[in-house]
Amino acid sequence: MSITELQYQASQAESAPVAAIEGRSQWQLTWRRLRSDKVAVASIVVIILVILFAVGAPLVAKLTGHPVDTAYTLTGENSFGNPVGPGTHGFWLGTDEIGRDLLVRIAYGARISLFVGLLTTLFATVFGVTLGLIAGYFGGIIDAILARFFDAALAFPYIVLALALASVFGPSLPIVIGVITFFSWAGISRIVRGQTLSLKEKEYIEAAKSLGAGPWRIMFLDILPNLLGPVLVLATLYIPAAVTFEATLSFLGIGIPEPAPSWGNILSEAQPFYAVAWWYVVFPALALLITTLAFNLLGDGIRDAIDPRTERLFASSKAMRKRGKRANPAQGDLGQPILVGPDIAVNQSFLSGGEV
Amino acid sequence: MTDSLTSSTGSVPAGFDSGDDTLIRVENLVKHFPVKGSGMLARTVAQVQAVDGVSLTIKRGETLGLVGETGCGKSTLARCIAGLIPATSGSVFFEGQNITNLPRQQMRPYRREIQMIFQDPYGALNPRRRVGSIIGDPFAIHNTATGGERKRAVQELMERVGLNPEHFNRFPAEFSGGQRQRIGVARALALRPKLIICDEPVSALDVSIQAQVLNLLADLQQDFGLSYLFIAHDLEVVRHVSHSVTVMYLGRVAESGPGDQVYDHTRHPYSAALLSAAPAADPDAAAERQRIILTGDVPSPINPPMGCRFHPRCPKAEDLCGTTEPVLETKSGDPSTHLTACHFPVQTGEQMARVSRREQR
Repeated sequence: MSITELQYQASQAESAPVAAIEGRSQWQLTWRRLRSDKVAVASIVVIILVILFAVGAPLVAKLTGHPVDTAYTLTGENSFGNPVGPGTHGFWLGTDEIGRDLLVRIAYGARISLFVGLLTTLFATVFGVTLGLIAGYFGGIIDAILARFFDAALAFPYIVLALALASVFGPSLPIVIGVITFFSWAGISRIVRGQTLSLKEKEYIEAAKSLGAGPWRIMFLDILPNLLGPVLVLATLYIPAAVTFEATLSFLGIGIPEPAPSWGNILSEAQPFYAVAWWYVVFPALALLITTLAFNLLGDGIRDAIDPRTERLFASSKAMRKRGKRANPAQGDLGQPILVGPDIAVNQSFLSGGEV
Repeated sequence: MTDSLTSSTGSVPAGFDSGDDTLIRVENLVKHFPVKGSGMLARTVAQVQAVDGVSLTIKRGETLGLVGETGCGKSTLARCIAGLIPATSGSVFFEGQNITNLPRQQMRPYRREIQMIFQDPYGALNPRRRVGSIIGDPFAIHNTATGGERKRAVQELMERVGLNPEHFNRFPAEFSGGQRQRIGVARALALRPKLIICDEPVSALDVSIQAQVLNLLADLQQDFGLSYLFIAHDLEVVRHVSHSVTVMYLGRVAESGPGDQVYDHTRHPYSAALLSAAPAADPDAAAERQRIILTGDVPSPINPPMGCRFHPRCPKAEDLCGTTEPVLETKSGDPSTHLTACHFPVQTGEQMARVSRREQR
């Protein structure tokens, strides 16, 4: 019996009495559990605020009266030519080195960061799920070839490729999206492939075959709905990873080209001013942190809501912490079909450090 | 129900493998699973001889019971007939058409005629799909009904198998085991097939529910003229539902024939041992009965015994059994439909239990 099946039965055992009365779907139950999770709800609120902030970037510019690309050389710089601090001359979060309003830059940066994060996750998920399903379902030589392809994509040094592409084509938004997508789909594929391998042996797949269902119908109508839980969790955790990835690329100067602001390239430009303008570094970094943290916490919340078993494990590790023992961070992940990318792992260790 | 079955058994014309009323004919079906060594390009090192030359016939409107212990190849045979796994050799004829190993597209029309009911009512229904969608699947796959028409058809089916049609929007998890098996029956019934392969349809169910599902299957057989290939290891269940019975041992047919013949004039020692192991409902009869206890395990189907495959465990085995494979043929005094593959068939009234009495102290 596979892990998903056990999890499924565990979740059924809990939800059965409720289901018998009202006939709720798995997703309704998941949503109910998610709603009762305060951290997840707070994350959703934060994410909505960040999205509003990004969408309302022109409004922010209007409110402050500072268009995104206008350099205020008189009011926005002090007598040494350095950025002015928060609150000076109507610059709420201060300015950058050429006197542009930092708040407006961060708001417009949020657009790029979220756009890149969501779009690459969408691409990577669609691409990754499709290839994972194909590899897992057809098996044999197709699987052997695709699986090596996943391994190659995962083993590729992405910074090197990004540098090479950026130097050949020049840094641009499409290249950033392409690079991030290319390095994200394989992880999803591997997990989907593994789950498909176990799901395709189920009797209901055999039943579908005996009805005459074709491979594509079975893959997308019978197998995929059983994978949506893990894929949704994975996608939610990939968004912050992609946002961080974009920031990393922009920070290295191979991401979003100037003058378009992104959190990564604002941080990159802020480098020489660490000593004289703390706000120049702190605010974009904070925006990045809050966004990735919210998505990561939401991802954890969705995972717990889909699989209530981990909720209990999480609760027990909390109790252990109260008793002064150090909780094993791996405990919450026991039996999880989810792998976590390197960027997420960094965020999570930061997170647990903040919690203790 | 038993009455109707018995009466129709009586009307079965003699002749095992021909005639117009033959729905499906399996000839010399072989399924070997390769055992591969380790590594990506491993060579086949052995063959699991799951099914090794099985022939059988199912007539229109009749039930063939297929019995045998776990691992004897019953389910593999069923899946080969249903076209779910390719046969290694041999043929399956459906209404005279050879449907062995047809490509998927060509197999499609026959899928409508041959349906399956699975053993595990929990595993056979997709937990993420609503019951209406599961039962409507056959219509969707074969484009026979859409929209409101499909919903109506689904609800009719649900009513027919004894489910509340209002529950079409529920998930499988919200039904009991027996109800789920009814969902499976409804799905199998959707395309009005001629043959339903029941792979141990009641063995996962509670005894009280078993009877309900069996009666449902019997009613449907009468109403729609269905044929069943009924796989089970509960011999009483098989006797109850089957017109004819085939006993399999280690990928081969040991004995086959009309139900009464196989049960009351058992010829093959293995069938006799199986029958003696079935619990009797009558305690007096149970006390009088002599159980034949077979020693040893079922040999590996990778390397089955020479000669008669049953000889290492057979209480009647002689030297001949270890060297010469017995032919499946009519034994003296039996009707031509009763076939046995044994050199030394059990005679009516013969005591077979000497081994067991010694074992029982």
